[in-house]
Amino acid sequence: MAGTGEGKKEEADYKRLHSFPLIRHTDMSEEMRVETMELCVTACEKFATNNESAAKMIKESMDKKFGSSWHVVIGEGFGFEVTHEVKNLLYMFFGGSLAVCVWKCS
Amino acid sequence: MSKFTSTAFGRKVGAGLKATGANTSKPIAQKKEEKKGADAVEGHDEWLHGKPLIKPLDQVELTETELEEEITRTLSANNPHAPQNIVRYSYKELAFKPVTVDHLEVHFVLEGNLMYLEASQEYRLSEALHEDTTIVETGAQPDEERAKIQETPTTDEEEVDEGGEEDRPDSEASKTDKKEPKLKNQFSFCERASQTLTNPLRERGCQTEPPPCRTFCATANQSEIYDAYVEWLQAQEKNKEKQKGVQSKRDDSSKRTVLMESQTDELPRLTKAAKILERMVNQNTFDYIAQDFKYYEDPSDEFRDQKGTLLPLWKFQCDKAKGMSVTALCWNKKYQDLFAVGMGTYDFCKQGPGVLVFHTLKNHSFPEYIYTATSGIMCVDIHQQHSYLVAVGFYDGHVAVYNLKKRGEGEPVYKSTAKMGKHTDPVWEVRWQKDDLDGNRNFCSISSDGRIVSWTLVKNELIFTDILRLSVTVSVSDVQGGGQQVSVDVSGTSFDFHKQIDHLFLVGTEDGKIHKCSKTYSNQLLKSYDAHNMAVDAVKWNHFHSGVFISCSSDWTVKVWDHAAHTPLFIFDLHAPVGDVAWAPYSSTVFAAVTLDGIVHVFDLNLNKFEALCQQAVVANTVKLTHIEFNPIYPIIIVGDERGFVTSLKLSPNLRKRPKDKKGQVLPNVVELEIANMEKLVHQQREPEKNTV
Repeated sequence: MAGTGEGKKEEADYKRLHSFPLIRHTDMSEEMRVETMELCVTACEKFATNNESAAKMIKESMDKKFGSSWHVVIGEGFGFEVTHEVKNLLYMFFGGSLAVCVWKCS
Repeated sequence: MSKFTSTAFGRKVGAGLKATGANTSKPIAQKKEEKKGADAVEGHDEWLHGKPLIKPLDQVELTETELEEEITRTLSANNPHAPQNIVRYSYKELAFKPVTVDHLEVHFVLEGNLMYLEASQEYRLSEALHEDTTIVETGAQPDEERAKIQETPTTDEEEVDEGGEEDRPDSEASKTDKKEPKLKNQFSFCERASQTLTNPLRERGCQTEPPPCRTFCATANQSEIYDAYVEWLQAQEKNKEKQKGVQSKRDDSSKRTVLMESQTDELPRLTKAAKILERMVNQNTFDYIAQDFKYYEDPSDEFRDQKGTLLPLWKFQCDKAKGMSVTALCWNKKYQDLFAVGMGTYDFCKQGPGVLVFHTLKNHSFPEYIYTATSGIMCVDIHQQHSYLVAVGFYDGHVAVYNLKKRGEGEPVYKSTAKMGKHTDPVWEVRWQKDDLDGNRNFCSISSDGRIVSWTLVKNELIFTDILRLSVTVSVSDVQGGGQQVSVDVSGTSFDFHKQIDHLFLVGTEDGKIHKCSKTYSNQLLKSYDAHNMAVDAVKWNHFHSGVFISCSSDWTVKVWDHAAHTPLFIFDLHAPVGDVAWAPYSSTVFAAVTLDGIVHVFDLNLNKFEALCQQAVVANTVKLTHIEFNPIYPIIIVGDERGFVTSLKLSPNLRKRPKDKKGQVLPNVVELEIANMEKLVHQQREPEKNTV
């Protein structure tokens, strides 16, 4: 019992510690990167239980802000190989368990 | 209907009033009379003849009395034809009630128009047209309503007619009025059309390059995400610790700077590791050379009597200095495996940039330090105590000091300027001096312009002091035969400072003379030796004996001197221009020289006063050897050639024999013994001379 309690505590600790967004890979410009990151955070917090809605929100906002043909993948586990326009890719982790990949390709 | 039934007489009838009397004959009679009257008006003749009375056949014959009888008639407003006995049942009063019948009867109706005279013609015209239409429209209206409407027009008609007659002239005048707009004729117009040229159509297209694309792939899973977070947190913690240590107030708001810092931290550590690895690889690959360097002693020396050999070890070269010659060599006194190589060229026509390279025996494949310079390097000296300071002389007359501690900067820390007394000709030698009284580092340089200059490193500039100006007074005889004394600058080519006496130094000149000078007496030569017939390439004090020095020249000779005597102790002809000569650091009697035909000559005066113990070609004989230097500790020499290669050679045991006593043990007090050895030689050489003189 004690072990599981500790485990839970650890998990909570982990969640708390790792709630910040961590950019894994990007080639965006500074300004764009910050904006995209904030957008991803907002979307993931707003649709904490529905990744599809979050992805939809990010995609639509990005389309409005930076022109069309954005693609968004959100999930806890996935692999991908994408072709993207240079300076238009962001791959980040969020909340300790989510991976968000945003790229543009028309 | 009443319109047609009413009057044949055409004029006016009262508004529907009729006689109500039963007798209708009277009116007929009256009518007849009236008719007569009318006829009379029309035809006068007929009235004169007297017309026969025409009577209807059924006319009632009345007597005179009957005719004169007055019949009173009254007009009433009742319609005689209207039925008066119509009753209708009233449910309200529960009884039959007589219905009131309309007694109005219309006998005649005439439509008419009324308009203002002032109105324009068109208006009237349009009005008339409009009137027609209204009549047509109203034609369908019920009789009773029509009757009501008709009443007013009929009365108005007369007025219109009267007014029309009165105002006729006015209306005519109004017709001529110019203000009245012209009435348009809707049939008088003509159609006109024209067609312009249609513009030719052109098609134009262009294609832009698609935006550059890149592929990116990654795998996201829980463990990767977790690792990334943990890694980042660790990096941040480390960074925090560092910031505490440095006490820097920089806030780490930007994640990027944090990451950048951690990256830059790792770089020097990485380079160090890489360096160690590189050395290990080299040592493994060239293990046999390292083994030779440490342990190989040529066993054949025992059977060669006194002769010795040189064993080639590593060869050093630098890609950046391709095509340049080795112009200077200097061992680091502190790190005995490190040496400096100055690269440039002696060819006057091919002067280019120079490179200062530092090699180590531990890694011969790539230099430790590389400094490039705009001018060819002519000489190098490393400070005895502060081995990171390197003085350099350039072909263009500059001198500079490099600081090995300041990595990354390719520029010297000190450099002479044209304003600050730089040489005007190539600098042939530089030599560090002991720190002056103020504790400032200083060094001396000699150049072809005849000046010997002392340079002091003060803060961030070089302060120069001319020590000596080499000049010779030459008597020029002109045509008349009169003599003139002219002072001519003499080019200095080499110098060496005395090991013990700081102010004493030797200067070799281009005209083959060697001068003994002192820093304390400027512009005064203590002694001059007519040493060579050509430029003195090198002059070196003996490491042990304070009165012996050696010189070499392009006139193929190497000479060993006692500074007290005007003539050399020994003269060796090497059958080729001698590039450099060097005393061995381990023995007072051993020296080595290189010649331009690629041969290294090693002498030990103690063993053989007449010829070299070793004469070995270390490079192809077309390649000129330029410099030689003994390692201060290890029994190896380095030899530089004109292709930019530096070859390290190991001296065989015969070339570095230590004086032994009879028991075969090396004597402890080597220095004194070496001095004694040299002294003995000097005496031997002087004695016969004295005897002959």
